[in-house]
Amino acid sequence: MLRFLARRLAQSVLVILGVTLVTFLISFAVPADPARMIAGRSASAAEVASVRHQLGLDRPLPVQYLRYLGHLVRGDLGRSYVQRIDVSTVVESRLPATLELMAGAIFFELLLGLPAGAFSAARRGTRADKGTMVLSFIGVSAPQFVVGLLLLYVFGYLLDLFPLGGYGGLANLFLPALTLGIAGGGWYARQSRSSMVDALRQDYVRTARAKGAGEWRVVLLHAGRNAVLPVIAMIGLDIGNFMQGVVVVEAVYGWPGIGQLAWQAIQQLDIPVIMGVTIVAAVAIVLGNLLADIITGALDPRIRVR
Amino acid sequence: MIPKDGASAPLLAIEDLAVSFGTESGRVSVLDGVNLSIFPGQAVGLVGESGSGKSVTAMSVMRLLPSPPSRVDRGRILFRGQDLLALPAGKMRAMRGDRIGMIFQEPMTSLNPTFTVGFQIAEALALHGKARGVAAHERAGALLERVGVGPAARRLRQYPHELSGGLRQRVMMAIALACDPDLLIADEPTTALDVTIQAQILDLIARLRAEFGMSVLLITHDLGVVAEVCDLVAVMYAGRIVEQASAARLFAAPRHPYTLGLMESAPKLGQRVKELPTIPGMVPPPGKRGPGCGFVGRCGRALARCAAEPPPLAPVGGPVGSSASPGHEAACWNPVP
Repeated sequence: MLRFLARRLAQSVLVILGVTLVTFLISFAVPADPARMIAGRSASAAEVASVRHQLGLDRPLPVQYLRYLGHLVRGDLGRSYVQRIDVSTVVESRLPATLELMAGAIFFELLLGLPAGAFSAARRGTRADKGTMVLSFIGVSAPQFVVGLLLLYVFGYLLDLFPLGGYGGLANLFLPALTLGIAGGGWYARQSRSSMVDALRQDYVRTARAKGAGEWRVVLLHAGRNAVLPVIAMIGLDIGNFMQGVVVVEAVYGWPGIGQLAWQAIQQLDIPVIMGVTIVAAVAIVLGNLLADIITGALDPRIRVR
Repeated sequence: MIPKDGASAPLLAIEDLAVSFGTESGRVSVLDGVNLSIFPGQAVGLVGESGSGKSVTAMSVMRLLPSPPSRVDRGRILFRGQDLLALPAGKMRAMRGDRIGMIFQEPMTSLNPTFTVGFQIAEALALHGKARGVAAHERAGALLERVGVGPAARRLRQYPHELSGGLRQRVMMAIALACDPDLLIADEPTTALDVTIQAQILDLIARLRAEFGMSVLLITHDLGVVAEVCDLVAVMYAGRIVEQASAARLFAAPRHPYTLGLMESAPKLGQRVKELPTIPGMVPPPGKRGPGCGFVGRCGRALARCAAEPPPLAPVGGPVGSSASPGHEAACWNPVP
C-alpha cells in the first residue's frame, strides 16, 4: 500500500507540473499584454517597456517559466492585474466557500444517485427501472443554469423556503448544492446501476441467496459493498467535471467561491488569477483521485494487501 | 427408488418437473418431466453432460432460477411433504440455508470478496436466528474446524482471496452446513479443483453426511465422483432422467445406451487403450429436441419408435439370465441387454 501510494504521489506531481506548463503557455496565447494592463491605459510606450522589464517579461520563455515555477513552489501565484493583491490571498479567501459547496453537492449526488441506481438494478428491466433511468438522464442532461434558476424560482421565490442566493448558513447552501447534486446524482444513478447490475450477476450473490438472505440484504449488503467501490473511485475522478458546474452554479446563486473568481478573472483577462485558479483546480483534481484510490483501498481487502 | 433403512417417506421428491426458459426465439423446454426422490440420509448422484439439466434441477429445488426468463411449467417439488414451488417467497427464503444448504462449482468466486470468512459463516447462522454476534462468531469457528479449516481463530479474520480453492470450498461447506440442514445440494463441488483436493472434498462430504445425518444431492458429470460418494445414481440426458439405480447396480449393469456410452468413454485405471470410445454427436440443445427420446440421434440401438414417442422411466430387470433388479429404472424402448 505504501509503495502504491508513493508511486501515485509521484505521478500526481508530474501531472501538476504538466498543468503548470500548459497554463503558462496558454497565458502567452491570450491577446492581452500584461505589461500594458499593469501600466494602465494611459501609460506611454516607455512606461510599458519599463514595466515589462520589471516583470521579467522581456526574458526568454524558459527562463520566465522557471521563475514562475520557483514562485509557485513558495506558494506565490503572482499578483492580480485588476485587484492589485496577491492571487494566493484572493484564492484563499474564496476556497472555503467552494469546498463547502462541493461537500454539499457530493452529499446530494450520493443521496440521490446511489439509492436510485441500486433500486434500478434490483428492478432491472421493469418500468420502475426505465422510469428511474429516464429521470437520471434528465438530471444529467439538464443545463445547470436552467436547473439552478428553476430551483431558485420554485423554492426560493414561489415557496419562499430558501434565500434567493448569497453566502451564509445551510439554508443558503441547500439550493446551489442541490443544483450540482441533481446533475451528479443522475450520473451516479447510471454508474451505480451498471456497477450494481454487474455485482448482482456474481456467484457470491447466488451464495447469499442460497444462505437465505432476503432480497434487500442481497442487493444492499452483498452486491452493494462491491458495487460501491467503482462509484467511490468516480467521486474523485469527478472533481474535474465539478469545477465546470461550480463556475455556473456560483454565478447563478452569487456564491463567492473560486468559480465566481475564475469567471470574473476571465472577463477581465486577469491572467495571474486565471492561472492560479487553474492550478488550484488541478491540484484539487489530483488530490481527489488520490483520495479515491485510498478509500477504495480501505474498502477492498484485495487492494489493501498489495 | 429404494428407500434406505426402510424409511418410508422421501425427504425430497421431485415429481414431473418441467421448466422452460424464455428466449428470443420463443419458449424453450429445459426440464421435461424430471422425477427424483431422495430419502433421509441418502446420497444421490445426478450425472449428465453439460446442458443436460442437472444444475437447473438443483436450482429449481432452491428456487434460485431467475424468473423471468425461467418458468416452472408443471410438477411439484415436495420437501418433507411440502411443495416448495407453492411456498410464499418468505417461507422459501427461510428454507434456503436452513433446511437445504447448497455449495457450488466455483469456490473461487462463490464467496464475497469484501467480507471476512467469519462474517460470511456467522451470517448464515444469524439469518436463521441460530446465533448472533459473538456466539455466532464462535460457532462459525467451530464449523471451520469441522470442515478442516484451521486454525479457526486466524481463518475467521481472513478474506476469501487469502485462501486456496480447496479451502474456499470448505468454507462454502461450513456456510451450507451452519444450520444443520436436512439436505445438502452440491453442484459440481469438485470440478474446479485439483485432483488431490477433489478427493479431499469428496471425503469431507461423505464424512459430514454421516456426522450431520443429512441427505446429499451431488451433481456432477464425473462418474468417478458418484461412485465414491453416492448410494443412488440418476443419469440425466436432455432434460430427462434416463436411468436410475443403486450406484453398484448401475456400474455393474447399465441398461440405457447413454449410460453405457458414458461409462465406456471414461478412462479406467490400469487399462491401456489407444483411443477412448466416445459418444458420437452432441447433446441436442434445448429447443432442438424432437418428440421422442432425446438420445435417438446418437444412439446405436435406436428403433423407429424412439424418434416418435418418449420412453417412460420404467423398472428394468437385470441383464439376461439374472434375476430382476428392484429399483433399477431406465427410460428406453430398446435397453442394453
